[in-house]
Amino acid sequence: MKFLVCISNVPDTTTKITFTPDNKEFNKAGVQFVINPWDEYALTRAIELKEAAGSGTVTVLNVGEADTEPNIRKALAIGADDAIRVNAAPTDAYFVAEQIAAIAKEGAYDVILMGKESIDYNGFQVHGMVGEMLGVPTVAPAMKLDMSGNTATLEREIEGGKEIVSVNTPFVASCQQPMCEPRIPNMRGIMTARTKPLKVVPAVGEPARTQVQEYALPPKKQGVKLIDAENAGELIKLLRNEAKVI
Amino acid sequence: MSVLVVVECADGEVKKSSLEVASYGAQVAAQLGTTATAIAVGEANEANLVKLGEQGITKVLYDAEPRLKDFVNNAYTKLIATAAEQEQAKVIVLANSNIGAAVGSRLSVRLKASLATNVVELPKTDGGQFVVKRGAFSGKAFSDVVLSGDRKIIAVKKNSTEAQHDAGKTAEVASFSAQLSDADFADAPKQVVMQDQAGGVLLPEAERVVSGGRGMKGPENWGLIEDLAKALGAATACSKPVSDVDWRPHHEHVGQTGITVSPNLYIACGISGAIQHLAGVNSSKVIVVINKDPEAPFFKAADYGIVGDVFDVLPKLTAAVKALN
Ligand SMILES: Cc1cc2nc3c(=O)[nH]c(=O)nc-3n(C[C@H](O)[C@H](O)[C@H](O)COP(=O)(O)OP(=O)(O)OC[C@H]3O[C@@H](n4cnc5c(N)ncnc54)[C@H](O)[C@@H]3O)c2cc1C
Ligand SMILES: Cc1cc2nc3c(=O)[nH]c(=O)nc-3n(C[C@H](O)[C@H](O)[C@H](O)COP(=O)(O)OP(=O)(O)OC[C@H]3O[C@@H](n4cnc5c(N)ncnc54)[C@H](O)[C@@H]3O)c2cc1C
Repeated sequence: MKFLVCISNVPDTTTKITFTPDNKEFNKAGVQFVINPWDEYALTRAIELKEAAGSGTVTVLNVGEADTEPNIRKALAIGADDAIRVNAAPTDAYFVAEQIAAIAKEGAYDVILMGKESIDYNGFQVHGMVGEMLGVPTVAPAMKLDMSGNTATLEREIEGGKEIVSVNTPFVASCQQPMCEPRIPNMRGIMTARTKPLKVVPAVGEPARTQVQEYALPPKKQGVKLIDAENAGELIKLLRNEAKVI
Repeated sequence: MSVLVVVECADGEVKKSSLEVASYGAQVAAQLGTTATAIAVGEANEANLVKLGEQGITKVLYDAEPRLKDFVNNAYTKLIATAAEQEQAKVIVLANSNIGAAVGSRLSVRLKASLATNVVELPKTDGGQFVVKRGAFSGKAFSDVVLSGDRKIIAVKKNSTEAQHDAGKTAEVASFSAQLSDADFADAPKQVVMQDQAGGVLLPEAERVVSGGRGMKGPENWGLIEDLAKALGAATACSKPVSDVDWRPHHEHVGQTGITVSPNLYIACGISGAIQHLAGVNSSKVIVVINKDPEAPFFKAADYGIVGDVFDVLPKLTAAVKALN
């Protein structure tokens, strides 16, 4: 089984988001980038399934510029076998999906795993696009993934419940908790990651279909109005008469 | 040219988020000088589809194929693509739900459209450009995005726009068939398991949410959260550590790595207000924080706060709501 795990390179979850003075770009200064937290589920599950089968390969793929390589190496340290970086700024989901689809097709990958969504841009769409481009099913977001031969059984989260879905390879799935316990690199992994192959390839396909014009931060809160705990019922009156939300 | 709106139904009812989407689509149609047609998916009831006129929809297409009752990605995509071609839709509007996003992303490739998800406002269409505002960086920011394709698909974030109600207006319901075949249902779910809701409110659709954190001390105390939620008609939610240790199911986990909610009212009980938690809730219209620590960071993001013990405060709030009703 050939697994392709797609990882995006995102600001650490504790990052205070700021923009350049013209509000046209995200201000990367001083920001620590990490593997998108959802993608860690995809990566770990691929490694687990490969181990359980006793054969197969796990390739990680990132569409990004050279500054994403530390996180690609981290994915190799966690246990991926090799990596591909498409050397281009990931300008929108469609552009990224085209790159992933081209590589998935060329490498004849059986299982293409992603995270539920990229926490920087929150598109929740690359997986569906890639499935459509390849003409294969996408299961998103998946909470559980088991394989038996070429057939996968997945639990897909829906509003208010879940669906049990069964698909044959090749397919795309996007992963989220509680699929597995994401692994962290160990010392041996870090050592071997240095020499694992990381191939850099140029971008293909058409340009992006969306362009960010401007960013904005949410409006600041006015400040909190404190109500005495002894008089907690007063809060309910305020919620009805002042805030008008109940 | 028209606007096509995808309306999700369940148990005969149009979902609340789809009423918002219908209203959004009708307003976009008005901006563009055209009309809005809806395509209904899921288990629909004709009388409720007729009522979509109140949101400004003129015509509703409905394919009564029974296998469309449950979500099937390929079948839904083909159904909506066929409707979009028939209606020559330039703009397709759907909910930013698990169904809407799954279908929207496939449609964007099939119809060569620009797609924006997580959209929070009506588009700006002056000056020949089509610009939408969407949430980014997990609720920490917004971005204005130009949709440069000839066709556009917009997935509207739940509870971020208000559904208009023009009482008494009706829509014409037209039967419609996308000529779906067995092959289109190949990825149909084997089984659908719904949570036991027992009169509860679904978190992603909720207008009010009562949420508990580690300060609740243990799952045995969740009755306090549930009582207040019930009195308010609210859904229940929790912080990540709470679902990590299985005090609550993980689908209640809100935040940067959980679900993002934007209810009218979010009540946080015994939650410290870590940046990853705030990211998932800070677009709530009114935030109430109950925490015994006056220095808890959540107070900085709150509109109302009570510095106190949840075990003392929650029963008082529940009683006060009951007294009000
Ligand atoms: C600082 C910064 C600013 C950015 N600004 C923008 C922007 O303004 N507009 C924009 O469209 N994009 C932007 N991106 C790129 C963004 O990170 C994504 O790579 C891409 O746009 C897809 O985002 P999405 O939210 O639609 O992905 P989603 O559909 O939410 O992602 C789903 C999954 O797809 C996979 N995936 C996503 N991106 C990649 C990737 N690059 N390489 C490999 N796999 C991937 C992951 O498995 C991810 O979990 C920015 C990135 C950074 C670091
Ligand atoms: C990559 C990453 C992603 C994350 N994603 C998320 C996410 O999506 N969502 C999320 O929630 N967290 C997330 N976290 C975790 C986050 O950093 C915090 O650890 C978490 O939100 C804290 O949960 P809490 O507020 O319930 O617990 P704590 O931080 O322990 O806070 C408990 C609070 O309860 C108060 N308290 C205690 N007893 C009482 C009482 N009797 N009455 C009133 N108040 C009381 C305390 O004063 C305290 O403020 C993430 C972390 C990481 C590293």
